[in-house]
Amino acid sequence: MMSGINWYKYSSPATFYGLAGKMIPWFYGAAALLCVAGLYIGLVLAPTDFQQSDAYRIIFIHVPAAWMSMFIYVVMAFWAALGLAFNTRLSFMMASALAPTGAMLTFVSLWTGALWGKPTWGAWWVWDARLTSELILFFLYLGFMALQAAIDDPRRADRAGALIALVGVVNVPIIYFSVRWWNTLHQGASVSMTKAPSMAAIMLVGMLVMALAAWMYAIAAALSRARSIILEREKNSQWVTQMVEDEV
Amino acid sequence: MSTLQIVFVLLRRELMLAMRRRGDVLTVLFFFVIVTSLFPLGVGPDPKLLRLMGGGVVWVAALLAAMLSLGRMFASDYADGTLEQLVLTPTPPVVWITGKILAHWLVSGVPLILVAPVLGVQFGLSNEALGVLVLSLLLGTPVLSLIGAIGAALTLGLRGGGVLVSLLVLPLYIPVLIFGAGAVDGAMSGLGSEAHLSLLGSVLILAFMLTPWAVSAALRISIE
Repeated sequence: MMSGINWYKYSSPATFYGLAGKMIPWFYGAAALLCVAGLYIGLVLAPTDFQQSDAYRIIFIHVPAAWMSMFIYVVMAFWAALGLAFNTRLSFMMASALAPTGAMLTFVSLWTGALWGKPTWGAWWVWDARLTSELILFFLYLGFMALQAAIDDPRRADRAGALIALVGVVNVPIIYFSVRWWNTLHQGASVSMTKAPSMAAIMLVGMLVMALAAWMYAIAAALSRARSIILEREKNSQWVTQMVEDEV
Repeated sequence: MSTLQIVFVLLRRELMLAMRRRGDVLTVLFFFVIVTSLFPLGVGPDPKLLRLMGGGVVWVAALLAAMLSLGRMFASDYADGTLEQLVLTPTPPVVWITGKILAHWLVSGVPLILVAPVLGVQFGLSNEALGVLVLSLLLGTPVLSLIGAIGAALTLGLRGGGVLVSLLVLPLYIPVLIFGAGAVDGAMSGLGSEAHLSLLGSVLILAFMLTPWAVSAALRISIE
């Protein structure tokens, strides 16, 4: 190993459970600090936009949520591929632990996008390429979670979910470009986000800090969900029994 | 037996089974016809509006009809154990899976293509657009069978499999819908449909190369 740490040790659910438990408070703490800092920059330090007035400030939630929603899908597919390749149970658990957070952030980005669109574009929803592909991403998350929920056997649920995540990630670029071309041909929306004036540096900083906060939150949430999944799956194993006894 | 022979034997078996249960084929076909005739009733009989919508409506209906027939692809073979026997044969799964997908397309896709011009006329599509509609369906419906096979294989034997398969597969169908309906649109508006048809063709080639492998992995997951 490059760093001398035995990474394989932590691919066992039992050791990972303990490690995740130690890491979660740190990630939640970092998320909270970054969120406070980001909101301070976004709501107090950043100046009011002369075109969109204060309505633009929702981007400090919206853009990080949209970034993370896409990123998490890729990470999910990465864990799925790792699980299928190396047959590690923990990888599948990470994939299913990430899905609800990704779906939630996708929903947040759609919702805040609507809140921003109403004062700026005058419409809650336009069939813009980005909005549409974000909506489709939401559907992909839902499909993944629905498939896993429908299968009772955890081994089959893991693998089936992993496969559909991989199929999805191959399709995401195709879907994105098809939606973009569809949109430019139809000329439906007369507004474009790319025409907006370039952003002031302080706004960009605020957005980046908020993105980091969302990132930390996503890690913490996924880890704690993974811990619950581990407990659920391993409830009959010896180390869980031992741990429960120790706590009692 | 050579690979082609195996595909041919399987194809003949599937077609024979379909011919013995003609009702299933016709149900999907009539579903397609009924869904398209619902749209004018919903949005009003304005010929201009219908002409604009025609291509898209036929394509959406084709998507739904293709999805409806996915349950048949592996379910009965799974129920009576044929699928397990197929997995156990020395033939690479990709070969007979391709045969099964081809059969599914012949049974559920081709009838749609044959009826589509009639529906297009009802929506007032021009002659050129009708030709493009048929061509786009010819390129696009095999993709629907290919991608759908992944969903059908993953949901084998699950409760609520039918609804689940739509949730899995419909988002993946979106590029086909966009390129297919876009081709008809292009023909109607005079912008030309070559670009959309070429894209549809490339999607078909890509799907043809990749999906049988994904289906084979999915079947292994579902059967084990």
